[in-house]
Amino acid sequence: MGSLSSLSGADKRDIVALEGVTKRFPGVVANDSVDLAIRPGEVHVLLGENGAGKSTLIGMLSGLQQPDEGRILVDGEPTAITSPRHALALGIGTVFQHMMLVPTLTVAENLLLGGPWWQRPKTEELEARVAGITRTLGITVKLHAKVSELSLGEQQQVEILRAMVRNSRLLILDESTSMLTPKGIDELGALMRRLVEQGLAIVFITHKLKEAAAFGDRISVLKLGRKVGEIPPERFRALGEQAIISEIVELMFGKQKDDPEAAQRPVRTIHAEAAPLLRVHDLAVAPTDDAPGLSSISFDIRPGELLGIAGIDGNGQKQLAEALAGQRATAGGSVRLEGASIEALSVGERRQKGLRYLTDDRLGEGTVGTFPVSINFFLKQVGAAPFWRKGVEQRAEIDQRAAQLVREYDVRTPSLKTPVARLSGGNIQKVLLARELAEGAKVVIFNKPTYGLDLANTLASRQRIRDTAARGLAVLLISTDLEELLSMCDRIAVIANGSLVGTVENVDDARTKVGRLMIGLAA
Amino acid sequence: MSIETAPSASATALDATAAVATRRDIQHRLLMTLGPILAALIIAGCILLAVGVDPLAYYGFVLEKGLFSPLGIQQTLTRMAPLLFLAAGLIVAFRAGMWNLGGDGQFLLGAVTAAASAPLFVQVMPAWLALFCSFVIAMVVAMIWSLLPALLRAYQGVNEIITTLMMTFLGTSLANVLVKLVFRDPGTTVPQTRTLPVEDRLPRLFGTTITSGLLLGLAAIIIVHLVMTRTAFGLKLRIVGANPRAAIHSGLGVPGLTIAVFAISAGLAGLAGAVDILGVQGNVRADWNPAYGLAVIPVVFLARMNGFAAIGFVFLLSVLSIGGESAARRLGVPKHFTLVLVSIVLIVLALAEYIDHRYNQSRRA
Repeated sequence: MGSLSSLSGADKRDIVALEGVTKRFPGVVANDSVDLAIRPGEVHVLLGENGAGKSTLIGMLSGLQQPDEGRILVDGEPTAITSPRHALALGIGTVFQHMMLVPTLTVAENLLLGGPWWQRPKTEELEARVAGITRTLGITVKLHAKVSELSLGEQQQVEILRAMVRNSRLLILDESTSMLTPKGIDELGALMRRLVEQGLAIVFITHKLKEAAAFGDRISVLKLGRKVGEIPPERFRALGEQAIISEIVELMFGKQKDDPEAAQRPVRTIHAEAAPLLRVHDLAVAPTDDAPGLSSISFDIRPGELLGIAGIDGNGQKQLAEALAGQRATAGGSVRLEGASIEALSVGERRQKGLRYLTDDRLGEGTVGTFPVSINFFLKQVGAAPFWRKGVEQRAEIDQRAAQLVREYDVRTPSLKTPVARLSGGNIQKVLLARELAEGAKVVIFNKPTYGLDLANTLASRQRIRDTAARGLAVLLISTDLEELLSMCDRIAVIANGSLVGTVENVDDARTKVGRLMIGLAA
Repeated sequence: MSIETAPSASATALDATAAVATRRDIQHRLLMTLGPILAALIIAGCILLAVGVDPLAYYGFVLEKGLFSPLGIQQTLTRMAPLLFLAAGLIVAFRAGMWNLGGDGQFLLGAVTAAASAPLFVQVMPAWLALFCSFVIAMVVAMIWSLLPALLRAYQGVNEIITTLMMTFLGTSLANVLVKLVFRDPGTTVPQTRTLPVEDRLPRLFGTTITSGLLLGLAAIIIVHLVMTRTAFGLKLRIVGANPRAAIHSGLGVPGLTIAVFAISAGLAGLAGAVDILGVQGNVRADWNPAYGLAVIPVVFLARMNGFAAIGFVFLLSVLSIGGESAARRLGVPKHFTLVLVSIVLIVLALAEYIDHRYNQSRRA
């Protein structure tokens, strides 16, 4: 960090400053004359809803995009950050929201990418550095595992690690905590503190207001592309956590409201005598190189019931969801929907019976990114009337229904023809919700339905899920966010190493019981 | 919901401006197509100058023979027939994300079986039915030839680029063996199949020498285009091509669709062979291999797997190859210069595409 010593004299000089930066895309102003000052020794929190322009701002800082108007100053000099490589050379390291690793390479190879081509990769050196960093981060990284074998959460950890390995003096964390365990988040917070004390600047993007208040020094709030407010460090220190949160909410939504993450679960009545809609008995899946198998998974979900699956990411949640949906071969056990056995049916046949699976991998398998929004609504119904008649596409019917779904689910898209990958994460999720919750659903599996979503979209998604259960459907909610499960579920099962280690009724002391199960203690 | 969200962007408001954008887009595409072709002609002209041939004379002969002389344009249009079938087959495969590079093997096997069966059929049934049956046989044989790569890809994930290329080597050799040993016409000394009498071949159009196979080819490629863009089946194939994991997630039967793609693609290649034999050649000589399949691959890419654009590019390819052969004879340029010219056109077009893409990206960024 030689460059830092020269800076230490002007400690409060901005490492990077944005002046009146504007960025337009067809139909959208993503950033509207945004000013931002990023200083060494500060965690600068960027808050905003999906589509508020945070990703675009990050894209410009990391060299992926150029501003249409305004300028970016690096160390006080107007600088055009022309490429990600250039950004790295300037000391700007970014951990993106969507994975930017090469899935076919190992973790170590990914970390070594971009080194000089004429040298042998310095693997030993890397291992030593990684060991040092991971020790302080409190994470374990399998350096020799292929990235494709890691869970999304583990991949995110590798991305954070990569930026740290590269001596960045400005570290941008785009939604980095959304996949970490509560403990990991606290540790990341502590690490960010240590890093800024060493003179690093951090831009931290999160939707969780508590994290913003707990980890930030300075908070900027973006709304529809414009910066609507900033809380400077002096004010930050003067206010208590609750006061900061309510001020942020005021800035973001323009009206006072309580912290929604502490929302109480409304009491609902479930017909205990009703026959279970979904009955899983002794389900097993053989383990693969990358993922634990499942063994003796058994549970029932009655109509109108919301069963949560809690657990640390990568303990078989995805395998469970895929086995139920029919995407993954099972090694034994039975799955009954309304009493009828479905374990021999294909994905499509299970869907016909009313089983819906809302995947957590929205771009990887949930949508075809290059296809228009309208078609993505009907990916799982290709060939079905009235959108196709005798196999021929009925464009008018499709567009009409798609427009209806866009309105109903508040999907914000420039047009129905826009490729779905151009939408923000929250809007892609709305497309998936619309697709899975449309008519005919009986049992719905939600896999991390609010991962990476902003507050408004998180609340909207949760409300959709509650409504789904209220309609009398059986809901399986897989989430790594314990607060989410506690605020929504009737019962919570805990998954660890591919089996359910216990199920807890969501009453008074459920938090402690689930917590104890998650860390391996009996409830 | 406790949080008010802004009204969603109107889905239709921006569609109105789309028409203007489409027109500009078409103009841009035309420029991006014709400009590089001109540049390629200049580069090829420099090569001709270097070997001491007047490029203007060469191009004059190409255009005269390939485009403007009545006989030449008829040959050009006739040449299009098999190329169109091959292009149609490649469009299906490429849009579904499968690289069927075995077109030549499938083409030759289709050609040989059509050549062997048609002269027998015409003796026992009306000519139109005989031709129809030969087409079907050619198609089925080519489909069977694609089954092995299809099964390997569908159930074992074996890379089809390798398997189809290997099968094409085997296919061309097998076709030769069949001509020399099994289907050889005992009445001639040169090894070739029995010749289909001219009057039994596909009819020619309106008193010209243009084969009616051209119409079949046009129909095939247009049907393929419509199926791929307008039907549920085509959409399923495009989903498999664009995001195979999404296809599995959506419950599509990916292995079955894979086999169907290979069958259709190979079937069309087999029909290409049949249409060339039953319309034009009349028989297959030993060691005959026009290698149309490989020539058509870049054409399909440049057309961006769009059937209508592919018709245009196939026409261009035909003009160059018919005109080029003649010009080469008259000016003493090696016959292979046609290939040089075609290659330069393709490379320059691809380069232009790349530069345009980079320019768009940097402008957007």
